[in-house]
Amino acid sequence: MPDSAQILRLLPEILLSVFGTLIMVLDPLTGRNRKALLGVLALVGAYCAWIGALVSYANPGPAFGGMVTVDGFATFFRLLVCAIGFLTVLASMSYLERNELPQGEYYALVLFGVAGQSLMAVSGELVLIFLGLEISSISTYILAGFLREDAKSNEASLKYFFLGSFATAFFLYGVALTYGATGSTKLVVIRQAMEGKDANVVLAVIAGALMFVGLAFKVSAAPFQVWTPDVYQGAPSPVTAYLSTGPKAAAFAIFLRIFFTTVPQTGVMWGWLLWTCALLSMTIGNFAALVQTDIKRMLAYSSIAHAGYVLVAFTSCTPIGAAAAMFYLAAYAFMNLGAFTVVSHLSGRREQYVAIDHYAGLGRRRPFLAALLTIFLLSLVGIPLTGGFFGKFYIFRAAVNADLLWLAVLGLLNSAVAAYYYLKVIVVMYMQEPKEEVTIEPVPATLAATLVLAAGAVFFLGVYPGPVLDFATRSASFSRQ
Amino acid sequence: MHPITTVHYLFLSAALLLVGTIGVLTRRNIVVILMSIELILNAVNINLIAFSRQLGNVNGQVFAIFVITDAAAEAAVGLGILIALFRNKETVNADEVDILKW
Repeated sequence: MPDSAQILRLLPEILLSVFGTLIMVLDPLTGRNRKALLGVLALVGAYCAWIGALVSYANPGPAFGGMVTVDGFATFFRLLVCAIGFLTVLASMSYLERNELPQGEYYALVLFGVAGQSLMAVSGELVLIFLGLEISSISTYILAGFLREDAKSNEASLKYFFLGSFATAFFLYGVALTYGATGSTKLVVIRQAMEGKDANVVLAVIAGALMFVGLAFKVSAAPFQVWTPDVYQGAPSPVTAYLSTGPKAAAFAIFLRIFFTTVPQTGVMWGWLLWTCALLSMTIGNFAALVQTDIKRMLAYSSIAHAGYVLVAFTSCTPIGAAAAMFYLAAYAFMNLGAFTVVSHLSGRREQYVAIDHYAGLGRRRPFLAALLTIFLLSLVGIPLTGGFFGKFYIFRAAVNADLLWLAVLGLLNSAVAAYYYLKVIVVMYMQEPKEEVTIEPVPATLAATLVLAAGAVFFLGVYPGPVLDFATRSASFSRQ
Repeated sequence: MHPITTVHYLFLSAALLLVGTIGVLTRRNIVVILMSIELILNAVNINLIAFSRQLGNVNGQVFAIFVITDAAAEAAVGLGILIALFRNKETVNADEVDILKW
């Protein structure tokens, strides 16, 4: 029987599941006009889980026979995904009301997804990682198709489902082979087996390759990125905000943990694979984004490019690189969430206004929204004073420190290309006259709160990155006993 | 008579993985694609059970039960998505699901 200290180490997941279930139970009991209360409950749940992550970090250590390990790394990603869940719920409230979507299921699914991502962050064992991955993926498959009467949303959901479960199947096949090659699914035992040479190396390398393919799919790194633009374009905008941040951050978390914990001398064996992926993702993402006319699709390609930047940090294979990747994922989460939240408000009923041309004249008509979108886009470019700047700075510094100057230079050139399509949106907003009539509803308080929180986080990370970076650096050394 | 060893199971499982992958990549019927993915998951299960027997520990068998549960959940969601799509488009052909393109 696990004691209370062990149960406390799973507190965030327990709280998220309890609140998610509670919302589903209460959904039929709440009146049609009072569904917003469920949203408030979801906010409370995400906030409690955030506090729960801090509480369980007060007493770090393994639990449940080493299935779960609460350490700084897990806590960093737990806090991040809970914050993403909170902001997603806050951003979705007005959207759900405007499009008359069922609210109870939506909030419950968001919380369950966050529970899965939090489980991914904390597990030190492949079975549990797989379970967390699937809890997160299955709830996001449903969320992507949440506009049930909209053929685009159906299609996004279907594509996401097929490519996602195909990737999971590959990942799982890799896990099964790892189990066969090393006799365990625990990451530390796998590492010991690999170092002790009693592992079947051929099998382990095939397993590693299959798991790499599965994870690269999940983080939408090239050449496994083809699903991303379609899914991000077709899914409801607040869901896209969530998809491009929460599941991606958690997938990167397990990516980091699996490869840094289990593979001895990660750099020597996997370096070329990582930099090929990083370079392809950056280049394909940025150049394809240049020609897009739909803002959601443009941001989807940009998200592929950002996955490439994070992979640059991976390639350095040092704790500094891991810390840079963690910092970048945090900064990226807030700026992307903010940008997609603005997009979701401006899209109007049934997402009619999603072309970049629809943003013409926004600077004059809605100065508040235009200013915030500008902040988020500038942060995506990587302008100083925003979180995106320090994120990129730390990544490229980690690459230079690891003697990957050429990769850092190519990354910087890519950022310069990226500046063009982000700035294009700003130019359209402030310097072009609207060509057609676009109705913009007044900004609801919940949406404004989301944007202010996200912008605050972007500025905090951009002006005072010390605390977050210190925490990331301290937690990036993985336990290897 | 040759006894059946772990290697035999591995080849069976690899064959199923191959069939499943080819199915996902070439078939056009969405239901068949779904079945192909299930085939890969079952290939995983065969691997897990074979290794579990070879290593003499029960972890692999427990893992296989988790995989079966997950496959059921995935199939339920997948068919739900398919029904939602069919209501709007009246097709189960993957080639006709092509609004999102550039």
